[in-house]
Amino acid sequence: MTEYAIQQVVNALSAGSLYALMAVGLAMVFGILRLINFAHGDLMMIAAYVAVFCIGAGLSLLVSLPIIVGATVVVGLLMERVAYRPIRGAPDVAVLLSSFAVGQILQNGTLLATRLVDKPQLIAFPSPEALSGVVTLGTITIPKVNVASFVVGLLLLGLLTLFVTRTDLGLSMRATAEDVPAARLVGINVNRVVATAFAIGSALAAVAGLLYSVQAGQINPYMGFTPVLKAFIAAVIGGFGSISGAVVGGFVLGFLEVLVTALSGIGDLIPAGSVPPDVLGFLHQWLPAGLASWRDAIVFVVLIVVLLVRPQGILGRRDRTDEG
Amino acid sequence: MTGDRLRRAGGPGAVILLVSAGLAVLEASGQAFWQGLAINLGIFTILTLALNLTSGFTGVFSLGQIGFMALGAYVSAILTLPVGLKDAYLSDLPDWLAGVHLDQMAGPVPIGFLGATVVAALLVTAIAWLVGRVLMRLSGHFVAVATLGFLVIVRVVLFNADTFTRGSRTFSNVTPNTNLWWVWIWLLVVVYVVWRVKRSPVGREMLAQREDRLAAQAIGVRVLDPRLVAFVIGAFFSSVAGSLYAHFITSFSPTVFYFDLTFRVITMLVIGGMGSVSGSILGAIGIVGLTEVLRRVEDATLLYGLSQIVLAVIFIVVITVRRDGLLGQREIPLDRLFLRGGLRRAAATVPEADQRL
Repeated sequence: MTEYAIQQVVNALSAGSLYALMAVGLAMVFGILRLINFAHGDLMMIAAYVAVFCIGAGLSLLVSLPIIVGATVVVGLLMERVAYRPIRGAPDVAVLLSSFAVGQILQNGTLLATRLVDKPQLIAFPSPEALSGVVTLGTITIPKVNVASFVVGLLLLGLLTLFVTRTDLGLSMRATAEDVPAARLVGINVNRVVATAFAIGSALAAVAGLLYSVQAGQINPYMGFTPVLKAFIAAVIGGFGSISGAVVGGFVLGFLEVLVTALSGIGDLIPAGSVPPDVLGFLHQWLPAGLASWRDAIVFVVLIVVLLVRPQGILGRRDRTDEG
Repeated sequence: MTGDRLRRAGGPGAVILLVSAGLAVLEASGQAFWQGLAINLGIFTILTLALNLTSGFTGVFSLGQIGFMALGAYVSAILTLPVGLKDAYLSDLPDWLAGVHLDQMAGPVPIGFLGATVVAALLVTAIAWLVGRVLMRLSGHFVAVATLGFLVIVRVVLFNADTFTRGSRTFSNVTPNTNLWWVWIWLLVVVYVVWRVKRSPVGREMLAQREDRLAAQAIGVRVLDPRLVAFVIGAFFSSVAGSLYAHFITSFSPTVFYFDLTFRVITMLVIGGMGSVSGSILGAIGIVGLTEVLRRVEDATLLYGLSQIVLAVIFIVVITVRRDGLLGQREIPLDRLFLRGGLRRAAATVPEADQRL
């Protein structure tokens, strides 16, 4: 039982840090532009395909990583320049919808590309050596990639915090998120700040995409949709537009999801006789084995409840909420 | 005065007669491809009009519409399924439902299908009322995302409620009741209702609170009620479209009713103009036509995915250079077709409101 619990905690931390990596990218862009960039998930997908290409070409992980991140950042910057900059200042919903359009272009573009090189849509992800296998701690075994997700996630989020708090560009970024016209008045180049936010977000999405694909074992052009929804939920739970909120939200969501999965069918895991039959019956009835397949619905219910009860999220401030 | 009213009815009346005659010819011709295309067009027009009411009129962007459509499709399909097929197909249905079969005919007319469509739509409307009471409080981004959440929840429910929906397996053997006339009649109902709503007090409230919520509230315009009315009526017609669709394609699974469909309807709405009834019709015609052409191109070149890319690019271009779409909030003044001065003068007298997406 303890081992089961520890394994689940590690799963939660690993999922949470992936969500946090994604949510931070969404939150940075939202904080400045009030744009919910749904195409953010497709950056993960782009990274995954570039990774397949690199690994297929026989490059090692250390050589591939800069290529993967670089390619994703280029796509992210292009997206900002071509699709979002021309409509800056348009109503929120218009921008939100065009981010869906951008996503469609990336997904179907990838689909077209796989067809042109005669590859199937769904491809197995060749897991790099360094991330395959398990770590054994006593009686507990944990997939290496889960440990890596957590460690890499924490590391990158730490670096991001340093960047935002200790550098001039980071300071400009926070100032712009606070008040765009005022930032412009004091001489901040808003376009540069926005591009930086997109670049950082894309880089984090690239790393998240790589780790996610290793965990999932396969990739397809539409793989980014669910993660971006989850990242969005994470960002809302944490307080939208706040970087630290996105991190907190990511981990909360990770724990919530793992909790639902871990509790589903928990009655079957408990040895008979160790708890009163009433309790066991209760567990069987309310936490049946099928509960896990309701996970996405449950997290969305949580999202809607958060939006209604505390729209500013855990760490957000009231004035950041949308009252349009 | 009556002469004037008659003349006003003349324009739409002439169009209705003309289209009906065209449909009769189409039916007689037996061209299955064009009939299918016309049915598809009709269903998408209904969806676009419903979304226009929900979102175009109120500015509250709902991404959950296809969820209502899915519920309408499944509920009506279960209701019309003959008892024998229900036993074989959905053997675990609870008794009270297993005996229901709305496959009655009144002469050549499948009256049971009409009943199933209406019952499903009423059920969906009730759900929309419950959901809407909660979600319509939100605004802007957040309502879009919360309604997207609704779509995901509906999908999860459909996948998991195997007893009723066969889960992820295809739900097939639906009676092919949908034909040109069903779609045409429902479309006329939808156009009429949406048109009347736009010109009604509650419709004006919708538009007013969309333009400027604070100013509207300050002069006593309600916000929540008109939004809820729009959401609920939109859900009713989305469910009708779902029922028509289900009895047209006759086999489907929950994956059909997801984001691709949502985005396609949104494109039709935005291109036609949010808040314009005639715009929605034009948008649907344009996109359904274009999709069909692109599908041909895809089949010929094997470049699958091309059509969605083209649609998405068109969408971005429209949002960037002509945010009001084709018509914005204006209408093609058909009712003035037979008035002196005709369409041209009428167009000039319609005040152009401040149109925003």
